[in-house]
Amino acid sequence: MQDIHDHPAGGRRQFLKCMAWAGAGTLWLMKSGVLHAQPLGAGTSGTAKDASFSFVQISDSHIGFHKAPNMDVAATLRQSLALINAQGSRPAFVLHTGDLTHLSKPEEFDTLSGLMQEAHVGRTFYVPGEHDVIGDNGAEFFRRFGERQQAGGWYSFDQGGVHFVGLINVLNLRAGGLGSLGVDQLAWLKNDLAGLSPDTPLVVFAHMPLWPLYPSWGWGTDDSAEALSYLRRFGSVSVLNGHIHQIQQKVEGTITFYTARSTAYPQPPPGVGPGPGPLQSVTADALHRYLGIRDVRHVRGVDALAVTDEVLS
Amino acid sequence: MTAVAALRAVCTLMVMVALCGMDRSAVAADASPPKGVKVYQVDIRNFAFAPKALTVPQGAHVVWTNRDEEPHVVTSAGSLFASSKALDTSDSYGVTFSKPGTYTYYCSIHPMMVGTIIVQ
Ligand SMILES: [Cu+2]
Repeated sequence: MQDIHDHPAGGRRQFLKCMAWAGAGTLWLMKSGVLHAQPLGAGTSGTAKDASFSFVQISDSHIGFHKAPNMDVAATLRQSLALINAQGSRPAFVLHTGDLTHLSKPEEFDTLSGLMQEAHVGRTFYVPGEHDVIGDNGAEFFRRFGERQQAGGWYSFDQGGVHFVGLINVLNLRAGGLGSLGVDQLAWLKNDLAGLSPDTPLVVFAHMPLWPLYPSWGWGTDDSAEALSYLRRFGSVSVLNGHIHQIQQKVEGTITFYTARSTAYPQPPPGVGPGPGPLQSVTADALHRYLGIRDVRHVRGVDALAVTDEVLS
Repeated sequence: MTAVAALRAVCTLMVMVALCGMDRSAVAADASPPKGVKVYQVDIRNFAFAPKALTVPQGAHVVWTNRDEEPHVVTSAGSLFASSKALDTSDSYGVTFSKPGTYTYYCSIHPMMVGTIIVQ
């Protein structure tokens, strides 16, 4: 098992150097059934050539947030979307892994929709974050962005021989608990995967991490172990999450877990500081200086990239 | 039955009613406290309720104020009182507790944040 982090345990300076978080997205390239990740806007046309298809993950746009360190989260989302269109070959689709908005307000959803439409990024799949379901259990989110396959909002689809599953783990949360999938969704998932051969590559995405990344900050999902037990028979599984506004990666057998940066603001590394709020100390000019920086990932362990062998940044 | 035992029995009954949550009039959620009622503050800071457990007399008005840059939502476990809306920075939410009982609550978007109001 290997952990790969955005931020090393080292000094604050090094930490700040690593914050290439805003305006960033991740380009995922599918090559021979194995997913490879690249930072957006990093001159990817050459490596994209032998990929069967690609898609882009963006996350945590938090439309409506307007405080330090980012007074204009619409602008940084717009920059992310522009990077998508700058790709040499067009990504098959975009995944938004939740927290589209900050407070689930209709006008925030309006702004998000407008930005997505204006950017012409094409087909986009969404899953809600906990910030998208405040007060109405996600009714407004599902009305606007739902796939309408299942009553609970979860869904699956196939692209280029890869099976994609969108899960919802931000509803019916229990006091003192973490994210939750629930028995209905787990039963559906088990059934959805039942007919697939083990060599079908799987991509499973949800907002909150589907592994106990840092439970005391709520970075995990209570019943994720059950879901993972259905995934272990597959030879190539990628689990994509948002929520923690930074890259964390873990490889566990054939399953690679990955969390994405936010397009809005960074949060501290697990356990650094009193809580997982916005890192306010980043100044506006620093924010822009770190836009789109690549080569910021720090790898612990010698064979950390054995499964996904391109650097995430 | 002695007077003390009788009082105990009544108290137990009242706690049971509060815990069952059958009587929603046990609490009133509003912004301003009724006249002459003592107000108790709970700060929401660094993703925690402070104090985490608060004991108040029957009829007390409890006001939560969000001191974080992150929104929080005060939600009663078991719906014994109405949930707040999303509290942005400096937003407050008040609830009057008119019946004794133990009221556990959490933040619906950060459910690891849990607090308790004990009404005596
Ligand atoms: Cu909260």
